[in-house]
Amino acid sequence: MEPHLKNSLSKSKTYWFAIPTIGWMIWFLVIPLIIVFIYSFLTKGIYGGIVYRSTLENYSRAFDWLYFGIFFQSVKLALFTAIFCLLIGYPMAYALATASQKLRPVLLTLLVVPFWTNFVVRTYALKVMFADQGPINSLALSLGLIDAPITLSNSYAMVWLGMVTNYLPYMVLPLYVTLEKFDFSLLEAGRDLGASGWNNFWKVLIPLTKHGIVTGSILVFTPALGEFLIPDLLGGAKTMLMGNLITEQFLKMRDWPFGSALSMVLMAVVLASLVVIIRLWMKESEASSSETMRDAA
Amino acid sequence: MKAALLHRSKPSAKWFVKLITTFTFLLLYIPLVCLVAYSFVGTDPVSGASFFTWNWYSEALKDEGLRSGLWISLWVGLWSTLGATILGTTAAIALERASFPGKKLFDAFTLVPLIVPEIVMGLSLLIWFVALGLTLGAFSIILAHITFSFSYVIITVRTRLKDFDPSLEEAARDLGATPAQTFWKVTFPLIWPGILSGALMAFTLSFDDFLITFFTAGVGSDTLPIKLYSMIKYGISPKVNALSTLILLATILMVLFIFNPKKKTGLAAHS
Amino acid sequence: MLKLIGIQKSFGNFTAVRNVDLTINDGEFFSILGPSGCGKTTLLRLLGGFERPSQGAIQLDDRRIDHLPPHQRQFNTVFQRYALFPHLSVWQNVAFGLQMKKTNPTELTARVEEALELVQMQEFGNRSITTLSGGQQQRVALARALINRPKVLLLDEPLSALDLKLRQQMKVELLALQRKLKQTFIFVTHDQEEALTISDRVAVMNNGIVEQVGTPQEIYEYPKTLFVAQFIGSINSIEGEVKAVTQDTILVSGLARRPFSIKPSRDGQRPLPLVEVGTKVKIMVRPEKLKVLKSPPGLEYNYIEGILKESLYHGPETRFLIEPKDKTNSCPMIQAVQTNSAVTARKPFASGDRVFTAWSPEDCILMGAEGPLPLPEPKTAEILSDELPIQNVVLN
Repeated sequence: MEPHLKNSLSKSKTYWFAIPTIGWMIWFLVIPLIIVFIYSFLTKGIYGGIVYRSTLENYSRAFDWLYFGIFFQSVKLALFTAIFCLLIGYPMAYALATASQKLRPVLLTLLVVPFWTNFVVRTYALKVMFADQGPINSLALSLGLIDAPITLSNSYAMVWLGMVTNYLPYMVLPLYVTLEKFDFSLLEAGRDLGASGWNNFWKVLIPLTKHGIVTGSILVFTPALGEFLIPDLLGGAKTMLMGNLITEQFLKMRDWPFGSALSMVLMAVVLASLVVIIRLWMKESEASSSETMRDAA
Repeated sequence: MKAALLHRSKPSAKWFVKLITTFTFLLLYIPLVCLVAYSFVGTDPVSGASFFTWNWYSEALKDEGLRSGLWISLWVGLWSTLGATILGTTAAIALERASFPGKKLFDAFTLVPLIVPEIVMGLSLLIWFVALGLTLGAFSIILAHITFSFSYVIITVRTRLKDFDPSLEEAARDLGATPAQTFWKVTFPLIWPGILSGALMAFTLSFDDFLITFFTAGVGSDTLPIKLYSMIKYGISPKVNALSTLILLATILMVLFIFNPKKKTGLAAHS
Repeated sequence: MLKLIGIQKSFGNFTAVRNVDLTINDGEFFSILGPSGCGKTTLLRLLGGFERPSQGAIQLDDRRIDHLPPHQRQFNTVFQRYALFPHLSVWQNVAFGLQMKKTNPTELTARVEEALELVQMQEFGNRSITTLSGGQQQRVALARALINRPKVLLLDEPLSALDLKLRQQMKVELLALQRKLKQTFIFVTHDQEEALTISDRVAVMNNGIVEQVGTPQEIYEYPKTLFVAQFIGSINSIEGEVKAVTQDTILVSGLARRPFSIKPSRDGQRPLPLVEVGTKVKIMVRPEKLKVLKSPPGLEYNYIEGILKESLYHGPETRFLIEPKDKTNSCPMIQAVQTNSAVTARKPFASGDRVFTAWSPEDCILMGAEGPLPLPEPKTAEILSDELPIQNVVLN
C-alpha cells in the first residue's frame, strides 16, 4: 500500500554478501586501472619496463598528429558503425517485434546464433568470404564480371563491414526488447488523430523507443572504439586503429607508459561519448515532451 | 491477421522493412554458410580440382594445439563461470536486499566492467598481474574472465530479484521460516533461473573472449580463440574452417536448446 | 487478547501510524478500515512482525511480542496478492509452515489434508499455483496461513484482487470459516462494505490515527468524527449556526427558513453535543433517512425545499438529487435514497419537480465545522459500554 514500505524485514544482514564482490572489484578492477593511470605518467626503460620518473611526455606524444589521426579514424569508424547498425537494426527489430507468433522465435533464434557464435569465427568467416580465392571472387570470375581476382580484403570498407555485422545484434536486441513492449495501438491512435505515417514514426515511435536506441548505441559504439580483432584480421596492416595501436605498444613495442597514456585517452573518449549520448537523449526527450504539451494546448 | 486476433494488434511491417531484414540476415549468414561449405572442400594438389572431403575435420580433431586450446577454454570457462556466478549472485542479493553505506557507489561500479573498453581492462590486468608477480597462464585468464563477466550475472540475477514479490519472503517468515530457511526454500529457488542464465552468459563470454585473454594469457595457455587467431593470422588452414563449423554447430545446438519455445526453461528470459 | 498500546511508526520524517491504542478480543472478527495511505497496512505489518514499532508495545495475552521476528510470532498472514510460492505445488505451499517446524510426516500429511479440506481444495493438492484461479489461490493462501493454528490471522486486503461476484462469495466463506474456527481475524480493507458486513468490530483509520472503533452499526449510525461520517457511506452535510439550545433540542439555522431541530437519537446512543448559541456546525444526514415529498411535511420534521434534478434508478432503490431552493456552495445538492417499493407506491417524481425532502430531528448527526463537538459525559455512555466493549479512541 504505502509506497515507502520497502521490504524492511529482509534488509537485515545480507550486506556482507557484497563484501567478496567489492573486494574483487577493488583488487582486479580499480587498482589495475589506477596503476594504468600512474603508468601513463612514467617513463619507458631502455629495454622495455618502467622507470619511475614522472613525465607528461606520453600524453604529448599521444596528441601528436600521427596518433591523433588514428584516434580520429577510430571514432569515425565507431560512429559509422553505430549509425549503420541503427539504420539497419531498427527496421530489423521492428520486423521482429511485429512478426507473427510463429515466425518470431525463428527470427530471434536466427539473430541470436551469430551473437553467440565465437567472435573470432564470425570475423574469420568474413575473411574467407572476401578472400582473393573466396566465393565472391570465384563467383564474379565464373560470371565473367572480372578477369582476375580483386583484393577485397584488407581494406577500410572490409573493416567497416566486419564491424557492422559483428555489432548488429547488440543494437537489434535492446531495440527489439523496447519495441516488443511498445503498445502499437498508439500508432493507430496517432493515425486516428491525423498523423501521417512519417509523423507517426518521428513523433510517436521514435520517442517511445528512445531507451532502446540509446542502449543499443552505447552497446555498439563503446566496444567498437577499442576494437582490435576486426581491424587486425580484416584490415591488414593498412588500417591502424586505437585498439591496434594500444595492443602494439603493449605487446610489441613494450612501451607500457605510452600504451597506458593511450588507454587513458581511449577511456576519456569512451566516457565523453557516453555523456554525449545520454545528454543528447535527455535533451531530446525534454524537448519532445514540451512539444507534445504545446501540441495539446 | 491471425496473430492480431490472438494478441494485441500489431501492424505488419512495410515491405522495405522486411527487405532490409531479409538482406541483413543474408549478410549475417552467407559468410557462415561459405565457411561451412569450405570446410568440406579439398583441393587436389596436382590438378587443382576441388572435391568433397571430411579430411579437415579429422585433421582439426587430431591437431594437438587446437585440442589443448579447447581444453584450456573449457577449463577457464568452467572456473570463471563458477567464480563470476558466485560473485554476481551474492552482489545482486546485497544490492537488492540490503542497505549499507556506499551501496550507490558499489552499484555504479558494477557497471564499470561493461563500460571500460575490453582492451583497457586486458592491459590493466596484464600490468597488475605482472606487478603482483603472478605467472601468466590459465589461472590469470580465469581471474581476468571473472572480472569482466560477473557484472552480467549481477544483471540477470537482479532482474529476477526485482521481479519477484517481496511479500513471498515475508510469507515464508510469517509461516515460521528463519532468515536462512527463507533464503534456501524461497529466495534461492526463485532466482535460480536468473543465476543459471547469468552463468550461461558468463560461460559464453569466457569461451568467446579474445582480447582480454590475448593480454592475460601466458606461454602454453592459449585458449581456443587465441589458437584460432594465430592460425588465421599466419596463413589460412582449412582445418580452421572445419573447427569453426564445429563451434558454429555447437552454438546452434545450444541456442536451440535455450530458446526452444516449447520448453519453458525460463532461460530465454534475459534476452 | 491482543493489545496495542501507544503504537507509533515512523519512516524517516513520515509518521505512518501514530499513537494507536487497540484491544482486540479473542475470537473476534476485527477490521481495520481506511483509505489507501491511512496506515492500516503498516499497522498490520507491525502486528505481523515485518516492521518494528517506533514507540509503544504490542501484547498478546499480556506478553510483549513487538520485539519478536515474524517466525517467532503465533500470527499468520494472508497477503494482499496471496504471496503463494510459485515454485511449489498447492500441497507444498500449505505444508510449508509445518515443514519449518519440522512436524513429523504423518501429522504433516494429516494436517495438510485437513487444511485443504477446510477450504475445499482437497482435489488441488498436486496442482501448480500458476494454474489456479484467483478464488482458488485465495483459498490456498487461507489454508497455508491457518495450518499453523495461529492465535491471530492477519488478512491484508485479501479480497481486493478478486472480481465483484467472487468477492461477495469469498466474503461469506471467510465469515463462515471464522465462525467455525473461532480464531481472531484481523482484516485490513479499504472497502467499507466489506468491513461493515463481516466484522464484529471495525477500526476506522485516517492519516495514521484510529478515528473510531465500534461495531459496524455504531460506525455507520453514530460516527464520532467528520471523517468517519463522510468516509462510511454517503452523507448530506448542511452548514449552519446554532440558534437555540434547550434540554432536548438544538435549533440550527441553515438552508431553510425554518431552523432545523436536532434531537438525541431515540436509543440514547447519540446524545446532544455541548454547544453554545452561535457555534458554527454541520448537520449530517444519511440519504436513506430523507423522504422525498410533494408537499411540506409536518412541524415535527426538518425539511428542505428544492428542485428534483435527477432520479437515478438502482434497482432496489432510487437515488434522488435535489437542488435546494436556497442553495449554498457548501451544499449544492441533497441526496435522498428511497427503496423502490416506497417510491412506486407513491406517484413517481419527474426531473424539474418542486419537492420537499424531509427527515426527523433524531436522524441528524451534529458536527462542528472543523471536527467533532464535545459530548456530555453522563450515563448514556455507561449503558453503551455495558453492551459492547468500546475502545478508547485517541484523537489528535
